[in-house]
Amino acid sequence: MENTYLIKTKDLVKTYRMGGGYLIALNQVNLEFKEGEFAGLVGPSGSGKTTFLNIVGSLDSPSEGSAVVMGREVESLSHKEAAELRNRYIGFIFQTFNLLPVYTVFENVEFPLLLLGLNAAERKKKVMNALEWVQLADRAKSRPAQLSGGECQRVAIARAVVKVPSIILADEPTANLDAENSHNILRTMERLNQELRTTFVFATHDEKVIRYLRRKITLVDGKVAKDEIIEQQDIKGDNR
Amino acid sequence: MIKFLFKGLVRDRSRSLFPVLTVMFGVMLTVWLYSWIKGAENMFIESSAKFSTGHVKIMSRAYAEDASQIPNDLALIGIEELLKNLKKDFQELIWAPRIRFAGLLDIPDEYGETMAQGPVAGLAVDLFSPGSPEKEIINLEKSIIRGRLPEKPGEILISDEFAQKLNLEPGETATLISSTMYGSMAVKNFTVAGTVRFGITAMDSGTIVADISDIQSALDMEDASGEILGFFKDFVYRNKKADEINAAFNLRYSDEEDEFSPVMDTLYNQNGLADILAMTGVFSGVIVGIFVVAMSIVLWNAGLMGNIRRYGEIGVRLAMGEDKGHIYRSIIAESLMIGCIGSFLGTTLGLAISYYLQVKGINIGSLMKDASFMFTEVMRAKVTPVSFVIGFFPGILATLLGASISGIGIYKRKTSQLIRELEA
Repeated sequence: MENTYLIKTKDLVKTYRMGGGYLIALNQVNLEFKEGEFAGLVGPSGSGKTTFLNIVGSLDSPSEGSAVVMGREVESLSHKEAAELRNRYIGFIFQTFNLLPVYTVFENVEFPLLLLGLNAAERKKKVMNALEWVQLADRAKSRPAQLSGGECQRVAIARAVVKVPSIILADEPTANLDAENSHNILRTMERLNQELRTTFVFATHDEKVIRYLRRKITLVDGKVAKDEIIEQQDIKGDNR
Repeated sequence: MIKFLFKGLVRDRSRSLFPVLTVMFGVMLTVWLYSWIKGAENMFIESSAKFSTGHVKIMSRAYAEDASQIPNDLALIGIEELLKNLKKDFQELIWAPRIRFAGLLDIPDEYGETMAQGPVAGLAVDLFSPGSPEKEIINLEKSIIRGRLPEKPGEILISDEFAQKLNLEPGETATLISSTMYGSMAVKNFTVAGTVRFGITAMDSGTIVADISDIQSALDMEDASGEILGFFKDFVYRNKKADEINAAFNLRYSDEEDEFSPVMDTLYNQNGLADILAMTGVFSGVIVGIFVVAMSIVLWNAGLMGNIRRYGEIGVRLAMGEDKGHIYRSIIAESLMIGCIGSFLGTTLGLAISYYLQVKGINIGSLMKDASFMFTEVMRAKVTPVSFVIGFFPGILATLLGASISGIGIYKRKTSQLIRELEA
């Protein structure tokens, strides 16, 4: 996949029926994402960020145009094929963590691997690796209710990266975190991006996140207003 | 995956405890009610068989037509020969000739004047012949309240309640006034050997039990009896076999042209028993049906509530790449676990209650004061092999139905709403 686009949208349009008319959520969006990108869609609420993530995450299909993810046209996928695409290539990180409360940290991270049908030994190895990446190996047996917000989000990251997906889609991942936890989480994501070459696509309007991005795409009223490459900043600087 | 789901179920009590308790309660009631109905059915069959119908009964054709009137003038004649043939031709059965009769029981004082008097129903059975099974069949020994069993001709047993009404004590004399087989008046003195209580209202209100030879002598019924009852040797009624014996006997011995020729009838065909048993079968089905429907509705609602509460979880699972069919199947698998656990617990509990009621029973005598049919006062449940499995039908079926209906919501849910719902 190197040197090829993991995500490519062409003239992407998404409209929603609203009352008597239509709401245009995305309007002729043409974007491409390569392996290893650390990019973010920024813009005010209602600018189409989440809709874009929904479509490239194969949770929704475009009204017009096309979205090709990992070489597959999202609009032509069946429910099962879309699930398969998410299962193999895409990880999600949500604003509200969405951990399964009755399961331990280990079991939450293990779940995507169960769907992939890996055996217990493989699962254990991968889960512990993922928890070590996010520095939570010692909390494997804890329940989400016993963790802080920052720790919960780190578990969510571990759950998203445990299957080593090609793409991670993160929708406002720091919205529920304080500044210190936000920086910790973003540094973790940045490190994973660099070590695993996983493509991160954020939807955010949080300045803290924006400071970490290496590509910032500004959406306004469903259109790409600006697409800019940002100079990589010093991770150790902590002045972000 | 099953292990993973099971862990979740066990830990999330709101998702497991309420449904398991619902299933357990429903299954427990199903098992208990089924066993209770079976017990009632069994008691009814047993009481009727022992005291009235036998497993098969032979009467003369004319007697059979008016059997409820006890027409002893139409009784079977030549029963010794007939009994000999029956014992030879139908060896799988025990044969017991009986005479049912009615009359007046007169209690004289020391001068022979009437001190007390009352109408009496009588049952004459073979008490003294060696090897006669009658004492065991009608459970005479255990039914004695005062006095003892008759030991020689001329002794009778009288129902305890009746004896108290007549102020009669064991050892005293009672005179039976009745009519002979030929219509003339019959008077015979008996000595009361003891008082009995069978626990069957119809038998305990005013009955005497006498030896059949005494009654044959008193009612001019030499070598005659109103009925000959046949019992399977293990005392378990088998309708199919009874029908076969019935057909074989009637083919060989019965003559439609001769109203005094013997005719056999099975237990099910007497006293409308077949209808009653068919009705209890329907009741059992209705009970299971009611529990399936009621529990399905409760579990459907519980499933809906659970799935609404688990929207977040289901959403995350969809986002992680689990397809809708797999989630739906996992909900069904969870419901199967709940159904099996609830059914197992409910069956265990239901069996325990049923077994207790099989041993102890409940006395319903006060409700049966005027009952004229053969039904024991102590009602008991009966645990049968079916009792062990019947609860699993409503238990598993209801959980599956409930989960199937409530899980349909997953299919109707738009995946595109997921992130918005999850962020809400």
